[in-house]
Amino acid sequence: MDMLIKFVVAAVVAATPILYGTLGEIMNERVGHINLGVEGMMSMGACAGFMVGYITDNLFLALVAAFAAGAVGALLYAFLTVTLMANQNVVGLTLTIFGVAIANFVGFYMISRSATKSLKLPENITSALGSIKIPLLGDIPVLGQVLFQYNIFVYLGVIIAILMAVYFYKTKTGLNVRAIGENPGAADAAGIRVTKWKYINIVIGGGITGIGGAFTAMITAGGVWISDCVGGLGWIAVALVIFASWKPVNAIWGSLVFGIFRILKYYVPKNVPVPIAIYDMLPFLVTAIVLVANSIKQRKDNAQPASCGINYFREER
Amino acid sequence: MGNESYAIECRGITKRFGTVLANDNINLAVRKGEILALLGENGAGKTTLMNMLSGIYHPDAGQIFIDGNQVSINSPNDASDLGIGMIHQHFKLVDVYTAAENIILGTSGKLKNKKLLKEEITELSDRYGFNIDPDKRIYDMSVSEKQTVEIMKVLYRGANILILDEPTAVLTPQETERLFVILRRMKEQGNAIIIITHKLNEVMAISDRVTILRKGRSVETVNTSETNEKHLTELMVGCAVDLLIECPEMDNKEKVLELYHVSVINPDGSRALNDVSFDIRSGEVLGIVGVAGSGQKELCETIAGLIKPNEGTMLYRKEDIVGKTPAEIIKMGIFMSFVPEDRLGMGLVSGMGMTDNMLLKKYNDNKGIFVDRKPAKELADRLVSKLGIMTPDTDTPVRMLSGGNVQKVLIGREIESNPNVLITAYPVRGLDINSSYMVYDLINFQKMKGAAIVYVGEDLDVMRLLSDRILVLCAGEVVGIVDPKKVTKEDIGLMMAGKKLAEGVGAYEQ
Amino acid sequence: MSSKTVREPLLHIVKRDEIPAKKAMVLRIVAFLLALIAGGLFMLSIGCNPIEVYQTIIVGCFRSNMAIQATVKIMIPLVIAALGVSLAFKMRFWNIGAEGQIIMGGVFASYFALFHSDWPHWVLVIVMFLAGALGGAIWAYIPTFCKVRFNTNETLFTLMLNYIAYYIICFLRDGPWCDPNSPGFAKIATFDDNATLDKVLGVHSGWIIAIILLVAVFIYMNYTKQGYELAVVGGSSATATYAGMNVKKIMIRTMLISGGICGIGGMIQATGADATLSVGVAGGVGFTAIIIAWMASLDPRIILIISALFAILEKGSRVVESNMGISADSSAVLQGIILFFIMGCEFFFRYKFQGRAKKGSE
Repeated sequence: MDMLIKFVVAAVVAATPILYGTLGEIMNERVGHINLGVEGMMSMGACAGFMVGYITDNLFLALVAAFAAGAVGALLYAFLTVTLMANQNVVGLTLTIFGVAIANFVGFYMISRSATKSLKLPENITSALGSIKIPLLGDIPVLGQVLFQYNIFVYLGVIIAILMAVYFYKTKTGLNVRAIGENPGAADAAGIRVTKWKYINIVIGGGITGIGGAFTAMITAGGVWISDCVGGLGWIAVALVIFASWKPVNAIWGSLVFGIFRILKYYVPKNVPVPIAIYDMLPFLVTAIVLVANSIKQRKDNAQPASCGINYFREER
Repeated sequence: MGNESYAIECRGITKRFGTVLANDNINLAVRKGEILALLGENGAGKTTLMNMLSGIYHPDAGQIFIDGNQVSINSPNDASDLGIGMIHQHFKLVDVYTAAENIILGTSGKLKNKKLLKEEITELSDRYGFNIDPDKRIYDMSVSEKQTVEIMKVLYRGANILILDEPTAVLTPQETERLFVILRRMKEQGNAIIIITHKLNEVMAISDRVTILRKGRSVETVNTSETNEKHLTELMVGCAVDLLIECPEMDNKEKVLELYHVSVINPDGSRALNDVSFDIRSGEVLGIVGVAGSGQKELCETIAGLIKPNEGTMLYRKEDIVGKTPAEIIKMGIFMSFVPEDRLGMGLVSGMGMTDNMLLKKYNDNKGIFVDRKPAKELADRLVSKLGIMTPDTDTPVRMLSGGNVQKVLIGREIESNPNVLITAYPVRGLDINSSYMVYDLINFQKMKGAAIVYVGEDLDVMRLLSDRILVLCAGEVVGIVDPKKVTKEDIGLMMAGKKLAEGVGAYEQ
Repeated sequence: MSSKTVREPLLHIVKRDEIPAKKAMVLRIVAFLLALIAGGLFMLSIGCNPIEVYQTIIVGCFRSNMAIQATVKIMIPLVIAALGVSLAFKMRFWNIGAEGQIIMGGVFASYFALFHSDWPHWVLVIVMFLAGALGGAIWAYIPTFCKVRFNTNETLFTLMLNYIAYYIICFLRDGPWCDPNSPGFAKIATFDDNATLDKVLGVHSGWIIAIILLVAVFIYMNYTKQGYELAVVGGSSATATYAGMNVKKIMIRTMLISGGICGIGGMIQATGADATLSVGVAGGVGFTAIIIAWMASLDPRIILIISALFAILEKGSRVVESNMGISADSSAVLQGIILFFIMGCEFFFRYKFQGRAKKGSE
């Protein structure tokens, strides 16, 4: 039982950064922009969040910084793809290269200036990042441990996912915004301000992605700055967007599934003859299968928003 | 102040695109509770005018009044705020959304709960007699259902002036009838409706008054009850202009291709071509006319082997060529050339220069794995000088050329390949007078060399002079094949509306 | 309701006549220089002298034969993968899967390097070459088949296949191909000398293959019938059908070649540069190659130039790291800045901003 609880808790923690990246990417793709810069924006958020936390010892400021850094990366992407109509794939890949590099660059720079040649988050902030037991609910045996004793990122991520689902599916704005991703021409004709909403969604999405990056820097790495701390989670997030069929609520349980994939290798008994690499491959393999299966079934509702990858120019009807 | 009895009134609207005067001092007015038909041939300026009312273009001169007040419409949103709703020919709907979601898309206010919204839409449906399930998704809908959603969309926004751009072009006769029922009900509710069309029977059936546009001018406005189709045709086409187009008579015509009972079925199940039978003869121009979307495109593509007919046979020297690939057809000795309607979408590669576009059908002619560009380059140079194509050089991407020049590139290539069957769709669209004559000469030259020519056109004056026979299409069916020398333009116009001529009138004698 | 004022954006985007290729090149160079200035400002902000940095980069790349050789070594896989990708892009097939195709090329070639190192050298090299091409081609075929058959989104599918390929190497490294003699971390054994590419002028002979491929792709694209066909399909598949081409066949054929070339890149990395199959055999080259191909407008000649630029940046920044104490990541930061500027400038090839437009001049 203890083992199982530990397993679930570990899976949730492994799932959290992916959840943020996925939610951010959903915001992008819902307005028709496939942003392959998730890894880069996460790295930027990781770096900004960590460094601000390191300097100010204030978790709130660190989170704001992580959000802001991710948002700045996304703003760059939005300017190039929405306004200047550059190729989305190429800009996204560039953003990844740029974001990862600048995070490592700044990390290197900060380390070289520190006395101990290593960066460790101060006490205040690490304690703030510890598990928060929700009063009462956290005391329920088993369930309390599995559901209500996590660090702040986990709760925040789930709240963001639910808010996003409400935004997309329960508000007029969400209806309008999703229409942009499906058919910007129709949205434009219906009087929706396409460019404005593209910017808003892409930038907020980038910010959310950035917070996910901060998680990897501040929690996964145990409060010490390491290079390449995002380590490919951004790409798993891109995969999860497909797996979750572009829906924020699906992203919650989807990220849990992917979180399980990530930690499975540590929990499977040694005598099970499945190589570790296969566990790591699972998120991508499963996503690829889902992708092909959906295309065979021609599922329109579970497909990528139709205008993804195509920039919109009103006069090119 | 304008006249308050009009829901919408236009005075002296003028719009110029570059050197082309698309709208010239147009006047038009609709009362509340009235249906006005806007009638005119292709290129008469109907769509330009409507785009100004819906805020897409801004007029160079003239005034627009709504309920007697002068207004300025700067964007589609302005138009919508003024109560003007436009139903475009190409629907602007989100495929994965339900009818209800599309209807409320972009409107202000909070998202209502599903039940309330459904009630609201059902109420709207009841008022006008729509029959739409609000929860049905667009991708599951037929064309006419989609159109209904478009109409509901503008009504939901409180539009009381509706503009429908060729709404029946995509509908079956039954669906058209249903649409008309709805339009009449909207009229009873006090809406002002403008319906753009060039189908005369529909004008007679639905409208109260008709405004006729010709060559960018509003020629006349008449009460429908005081006119008839013949009169309207005369107003629409104007008096014949003197054209100097020859139609050399050739002997020894030979049937090159025979079509028997050919039908083409659209993906949505409707029939683009229905039981079409005719033949194409060497040394002859077969003109094909019909209102837009009567099956011309499908007919051309079927003959060219790009569409496989669902029913019927196509014989070449008694051998069926249905289902044969273009390469196999060439092997049989038919050299087909095809100038399609959408030139940059089909027929040319917009990103390539003239030389590479000349290669398109010939690149496989030489042996080996390499492309031989020399003959293509020579052909390109020849066409540049012969047709006066304006291009910096023959490697400049053709999308950078003007529309007329693009036209010449394609026509030039297809004609120069010395085909024995030449299919051309609207080859002079967008060309100036001189270039048009050049095209007519090229066509006649091919005809005299013995090519069988299919010429899809829209200018009836030209068609009558150029063609040996004219085939009239209506809704995918052949209304008749006539001798242009024996019928009037009005006869053809009536046939385009689906009216068969009396037995024997104008028939082509073999 | 009278005439109402509408909020109108100050700037308005309109299409312009496309600018000629020469002018476009000038614009790109201006963007490049602007990017260098922006990068310089960035360096100034962290207290470095940008001129010194740029100087160190250039000098670092060309200071010795060894430095030049190292630069060329970085360049080889970039050129090859960019060539492969450009064929796919020319056809408007958004192949993001070069990374995976490189890996699979490396894997297939490594099989022979590991288990048939006793074959005669030249036979082995040729077999490895073909195996590499086959590996890449298979990895490109899978998404292409699904695209042609089911219209599966190729961007997403090829992206997934990259990581599947990556973990295939991990799997091989940890299990079947693990070097039992390796201490500590699992790794795949170093190849026998017989199974590695020969050195010519101090660099593994992959550079010769790269040059041959460059010329071959240039000829293929510009002078062969197949190259012409793929360009037509990319330009307009309706026109291709109109001309009697078999679009599906052309797509599959082109992707086999595209993937095959990337696979050759993987084979060269494994048997030439690394002399083993490491998980980093592609190491992001597949992604960078996409950017290079796009920047080069899919022209093999420009691919060569841009790959050289990227290699110089990368090699130079390593020197900067050791000489000046700035992270070698500065290279990728600079790359990013340069790319952002160049991509931004491409907008001006086709569009322009117009001030508050006179209404009706549409």
